[in-house]
Amino acid sequence: MATHRCNIFMLAFVLCGLTCVFVRADIQDTNHVKAAESGAVDVAPKTNIDASLQSTQTEDQTQAPEEERHWEAETNPADAPSDNKADHVHDTMQNPNSPPAPSAKDQTQEAAEEERQWEATAVKEADHVPDTMQTPDVPPPTPAKDQFQEELVIRPLHSGDIYASFQFRTLWDTDFLRGSKVSHYRLFPKSLGQVISKFSVRELHISFTQGYWRTMQWGQPFLPSPPGAELWVWFQDTVTDVDGAWKELTNVLSGIFCASLNFIDSTNTVQPSASFKPLGLGNVTDQRFLRYAVLPREIVCTENLTPWKKLLPCGSKAGLAVLMKSEKLFHSSFHSQALHFRPVCQDWKCKSTVLELRQTLNVVFDLHTSGQGKREWSLFKMFSRTLTEACPLASSSKVYVDVTDNPQGELFELSPTTPLLSQVVVLGDRRTYSVYDLTNQATFGQTRSLNMLLRWRAAESGDMLRPLLHGERYVAGYGLQTGEIHTLMYNNHPYRAFPVLLLDTVPWYLRLYIHTLTVTSKGRDNKPSYIHYQPSKDRLRPHLLEMLVQLPPNSVTEVTVQFERALLKWTEYTPDPNHGFYVGSSVISALVPSVVAMDTNSTRECPLFSSFFPCKEESSYFMRVYTEPLLVNLPTPDFSMPYNVICLTCTVVAVGYGSLYNLLTRTFQVEEPSPGLAKRLANIIRRLRGVPLL
Amino acid sequence: MGLLSDPNRRRALTKLLTRLNAPICVMCYLAGVAWFMGLAFEPFTLRTYMSENAMGSTMVEERFPAGERALATGREFAAHKKKVGGMPVDWLVKTMQSRGLEVFTQSFTRKLPFPDENKERYMVRGTNVYGILRAPRAPRTEALVLSAPCSEGNNNNQAVGLLLGLAQYFRSQIHWAKDIIFLVNEHDLIGMQAWLEGYHHTNTTGGDWSPLQGRGGSIQAALSLELSSDVITSLDLVLEGLNGQLPNLDLANLFYAFCQKIGVLCTIQGKLQRNDWDTTSGYSHAAQTMMLMVLKQASGRPWGDHGLFLRYHIEAASIRGINSFRQYKTDTTTIGRLLEGMYRKLNNLLERLHQSYFFYLMPSLSRFVSIGYYMPAFGLLAVILLLRVSFHLWDNRGFYFYLTPSSPGVLSILTPVVISHMTGVALYTLPILSQEMAVQHFPVSETEAVVLTAIAIYTAGLALPHNTHRYGTEEGWRVLKLVALLYLAVLLGCTALINFSLGFILALSLVPIAAFITPHTPKALSAAIMVLLSPGCTLLYCVFLFQELQETPVSLQDGWMLFLSVISQGILDHALYGSLVYPLLALLIYPCWLLLWNILFWK
Repeated sequence: MATHRCNIFMLAFVLCGLTCVFVRADIQDTNHVKAAESGAVDVAPKTNIDASLQSTQTEDQTQAPEEERHWEAETNPADAPSDNKADHVHDTMQNPNSPPAPSAKDQTQEAAEEERQWEATAVKEADHVPDTMQTPDVPPPTPAKDQFQEELVIRPLHSGDIYASFQFRTLWDTDFLRGSKVSHYRLFPKSLGQVISKFSVRELHISFTQGYWRTMQWGQPFLPSPPGAELWVWFQDTVTDVDGAWKELTNVLSGIFCASLNFIDSTNTVQPSASFKPLGLGNVTDQRFLRYAVLPREIVCTENLTPWKKLLPCGSKAGLAVLMKSEKLFHSSFHSQALHFRPVCQDWKCKSTVLELRQTLNVVFDLHTSGQGKREWSLFKMFSRTLTEACPLASSSKVYVDVTDNPQGELFELSPTTPLLSQVVVLGDRRTYSVYDLTNQATFGQTRSLNMLLRWRAAESGDMLRPLLHGERYVAGYGLQTGEIHTLMYNNHPYRAFPVLLLDTVPWYLRLYIHTLTVTSKGRDNKPSYIHYQPSKDRLRPHLLEMLVQLPPNSVTEVTVQFERALLKWTEYTPDPNHGFYVGSSVISALVPSVVAMDTNSTRECPLFSSFFPCKEESSYFMRVYTEPLLVNLPTPDFSMPYNVICLTCTVVAVGYGSLYNLLTRTFQVEEPSPGLAKRLANIIRRLRGVPLL
Repeated sequence: MGLLSDPNRRRALTKLLTRLNAPICVMCYLAGVAWFMGLAFEPFTLRTYMSENAMGSTMVEERFPAGERALATGREFAAHKKKVGGMPVDWLVKTMQSRGLEVFTQSFTRKLPFPDENKERYMVRGTNVYGILRAPRAPRTEALVLSAPCSEGNNNNQAVGLLLGLAQYFRSQIHWAKDIIFLVNEHDLIGMQAWLEGYHHTNTTGGDWSPLQGRGGSIQAALSLELSSDVITSLDLVLEGLNGQLPNLDLANLFYAFCQKIGVLCTIQGKLQRNDWDTTSGYSHAAQTMMLMVLKQASGRPWGDHGLFLRYHIEAASIRGINSFRQYKTDTTTIGRLLEGMYRKLNNLLERLHQSYFFYLMPSLSRFVSIGYYMPAFGLLAVILLLRVSFHLWDNRGFYFYLTPSSPGVLSILTPVVISHMTGVALYTLPILSQEMAVQHFPVSETEAVVLTAIAIYTAGLALPHNTHRYGTEEGWRVLKLVALLYLAVLLGCTALINFSLGFILALSLVPIAAFITPHTPKALSAAIMVLLSPGCTLLYCVFLFQELQETPVSLQDGWMLFLSVISQGILDHALYGSLVYPLLALLIYPCWLLLWNILFWK
C-alpha cells in the first residue's frame, strides 16, 4: 500500500511541478502576465458567479474575479508568509476531507496556499499531496538509496481503441554534480549515467514517436510528444561551451539509441525562451543552457526500442517489460517511447536531491486493425503475452485500468476484478483506476498469470468530453514559390479564456515573411502579448517564433504567416527531394482550466461540504499540445537528367549566345580590294615605326 | 558560326532563304502536318514503362472481397439520395463513421455568372462529405484521395458504394503509410473546386465555401471514380485536366499495369487498343485516339473530377466504368481489387510521382509520344513564321530593310494594335457584363445572350480595323506584318509549351494566313480564306471533328448548337475553375488575327 501511495504521490508531484514550471515561465515577463490578467478580466463576466458569491460573504473582499487572484498569486510568491502556510498545507494533508473554512480569512489563506504550492519546488522543501488520496495519514516512506518502480496504465478510449502507457522510474542517489566521480551503478543504466555526468546534463528529455496523437479521438496523452524525435536538454550552469557539449551529446545519444540524432545541428536547434522550462529541481532558467531540437522525419522502429529496453534494470526479462514485444508494439496506431532525466527531491523534506530517470512508452492499439473490429481487449490480445511476475528489483509494480466511465461496470466488464481502486486527478480530470499490484501474488490467481480482459457490453461508448485545447497546422496555397503556414488553436472551454505559448521552429529554407504574421480569433485581430522572434540565418539557424496568445473561450485562433520557398544548392537536396521537406511540429504549451474546476454545478456525487468553493489546486493544469509536422515541397531541379541539362545549356550558350553576341557587337564593312605590293611594304615599315597604317 | 558572321556566306544564305522562301514554307507546313500524323504510327512511338521504382517491382496481392456488399451500399445510398433529393449528408456521415473514418463535411455555395444550360444550374448550393482513414503510425503529412461524385439522378451510385466498401476494407489493414481521404463531392466540379480550395485555403475564383476541419497533409495522388452500373465491360481512363495539364505518365502506367494483371479491358478516349498497327484501319484507329486526346487537351477544360487536382501538383486521373454490349463483363469485386492494388502501390511511393513524363500524347494506352517527339511537329510550323520574318526583313541582296525615322510606319501600326486589343478586351468582358441588357432587349435566355454577344463582338471586330488608318504606306504594312508575325510566333510558342495541343491546332490554322497575307492578294478570296481560318471557325471545325472521332456525327444544325454550348462552357470554365483558354483566345489570339485582317485591308 505504501508504494502505491508513493506512486500517486509522485504523479501529483509531477503535475505540480509542470504547472509550477509553466508559471515561472510567465513570471519572467510581467508583460504577458498583465495581458493575461486583462484577458482574464475581459472574459470574467460569465465566470465569476462564485466570485460574486464570495463577495457577498466578505465585504472587504476585492471584486476581482477568480482568475485575477489566481494570477496575482502566481506572480508574487515572495510576499507570502510561507512558514505558517506550510503548516496549513500539512493540516490539509492530515485531514484531507475537512472542508475549507468559509471565512473572510479563507480567501487570503487560499491564495497563500496556492503560493505555497507554487513555491514548493523552488525551496525544495515539501511536496504536495492531493486530497483525493486514499490513505493520507500514512507518513511517506524513506526511499531506499536506488529505487525502481514500474507501472502500466490502460485506458479504454471512446473511439474503441485502447491506450497503454508504461512508466518505469529509476531513482539514482548520487551526486556527480558536486564533482564526485561515480563508479558504482546499481539500477541506473551505466551507459546513460556516464554520458550524463560527462556532459554535465541537468535535465534531458528525449522522445521517439511514430504516429500522431489524435487528440480529438483519444483525449489527452499522459506525456505528449511530437512525431519523430524530440530532444531537449538543460545543461548545468557550469558548462562553458554549451554548443560543443550539445553537439557531442547528440552524437553520443545517437549511438546509444540507434537513432539519427547526429543530424541535429545548428540548423535545427533552438533555444526557446519560455516554452521549455526545467521540470526538475533547480532554479536556473537561463535559456543559454537550454537546447531544443526536433527531427520530424525520424522513423522509430525496433532498433530504437531494443536499446531503450536495455536501460531497464530487468531488461525485458521480467516485470511489465515482458509485454514489449516489438511486433505487437509496432502493429499499432501510435507508438511513442521517451526518456526523461531530471533531479528530484529525495524525500519528504526535500533535504537532498536524487536523479530520476523515467522511461515511458505509450501505445495505442487500433480497434479495426488490431482488434478486428471487436470491442474486446486483453493483455494477450494487445501484447501477445501475459504477466506472470513483477520485476524482482522493483519496489512497486502495478497495472492501472481506467474505469472512470464504468463505475458500476455497465459499460464494460473487467476481469479478473480487483478490490483496489485509486482516484487520481490527472490532466485536470478526476479519474478512477482499478489497480493490480503485481508484487502481490494473489493478483496472479490460480493460473499464475495475469491477463486482464475488457469486454464491452454496449457497442457504443458514451461521448467523450471534448479536449479543451487542441491544435492543427497546414500549409496553404499552391505552386512552388510562396505559401502560408496556418496554425489553428482550438479553445473548447465553454466560458474561460486562457493564455497559451506557441512555439514555432521553421527551417531556414522557408523564408518567413514575418510582417505577414496575423493572429485572429473569432474574426478579430488578437494581439499576442509577447512575441519572441529570432530570424533565421541561411544554412546556420532556423526561425524561432514564440508567442503568448490569449485564447478566447469557445473559439478558434488562427496564426498565419507567409513564406517563400528557397532554392537550395544542388548538394543540399536530400536523396529524395520530391518527397518534400519537413517542418517540425509547433508546440502549444498552456495552463488549461481544469475539468474538475469546470464542474461548478455539482453534477457529480460528492459531499456538499466539499463542493462549494472550487478547489484551487485543481483549477488549471499544464498541458502541451503538438501540432502535426508539415511536408513542404521546395522547387526541385530534375536530377534525373543532369547530362541532358548540361548538354542543353552548353549548346545554348555556345551556339545561340555566341553567334547572337557576335552579330550584335560586330560592325560589318565592305572589304576593300587587297592593296598592291608597294602599299603592303609601306605598311610593314609603318608598323615597325609605330605610325598609323595607310 | 562563320555562316552568319561572314558577309558573303550570309548573303548567300539570305538569298537562298528569300528566293526559295515560299516553297520552303510550304514544305515546312506539309512536313509539320506529316510529322504530326506520323506520331500515331506505332513504330514511331514508345512503349509505356513504369519509371517509378517504388511502384515497379513490388507487386501487391489484392484481396478485396466485398463487391456485392459495396453494391448493396450503393443501392442504400441511392435510396437515401432519392429520399433527400440530393446529397444524403447525414447518412453518409454516419456510414463513414461506422467504418472507422474521421468524417468532416464542407458546405459551399456558388452563383454562376450565367445559367449553365447543359447541367441546368445557376445557384449552386451543396455539401461535400469526406472521411479520412488515418494511417497508423503516420504523422499526417501525406495523403491519397479517392473521390466519387454524388451526381444527379441514378448515376454513380455504384461508385459511392464501392468507395464506402473500399473504405471499410482499407480500414482493417495495417500497412497504410499515407492517410486516405474518401471524398464524395456534390455538383461534380464545383464541389471539387470548393473542396480543393478549402483544403489548400486558397480562393482563386471567388467561390464561397466553409473552411475544412480535417486534413491529411500534402496530397500525393488522387483518383476519381465514376461507375453507374453493377457490371462493366471496360474501364476508361481520363487524363486531361484543367488547361490541358496531364498527370504524370506513371499514373496511367499504373492503371494499365493493373488492368493487365487483373484482366480488365481498359480503354483511353473510349477506344480499345488494337494490335494491327501495320494495317490502314489499325493506324487510323491510333490516329483517331490521339486526335481525340489532342482535341480534349486543347479544350483546356477538366474532363473529369480529377482535372482540378492538377493545379495543386497532385497527380490525378478519373476512372470511368463503361457498360457496353460486349460479352466480357467485369464485376465490382474486380474493380475493387484493381483500385486496392493501385492504392497499395501509390501508398508505397516515397516521393511524389515525378520520374515519368508530364508532357505526352497517347495513341493507345500502352504507347505514348513524349514531348521530344511531338514538339518538332509544332517547331516545323513555327519556323514558317520566322522564315517569313526573315523574308520581310531582308531584301533580295541580303540586306536589312532600314526603317527611315521619317517613315510613319512605327507609329501608324500603333493604332491597329491598340484597336484590335481593345476589341479583344471587349470580347472578353462584354458578354457577361451585358447579358442583362441583352435579355431585356432580345427574346433570348441569359446563356444565349452571352454566347450571341460574344459572336456579335467577334464579327463586329472584322468591321472595325480597316477604318483606322488613312495614310497606309508600303512600309507601314510591312512593319505591321513583322510585328504580327513575331507576336504570333511568341504567342504560339508559349502556348505550345504549356498546352501543345492548343498551340498546334492554332498554329495549323493561323500560320498559313499569317505567312502569306499581304494587301496585294485578291481581296475577296483572301478575306474568305481568312474568315474560314479564323479562331472561331477553327473551333467550329474542332467541334465537328470531335463528334466525328467519337463516332457520333452530328448534323449541321446540331453542330451549330453544340458550337454555341461549347462557347458558353468555355466562358463558364474560365469563371468557375480558372481555365485560361477563353482569355487566351479573346485577349491575345483574336487580336493577333485581327492584325492580320488589318494587313489584308491595308490601303
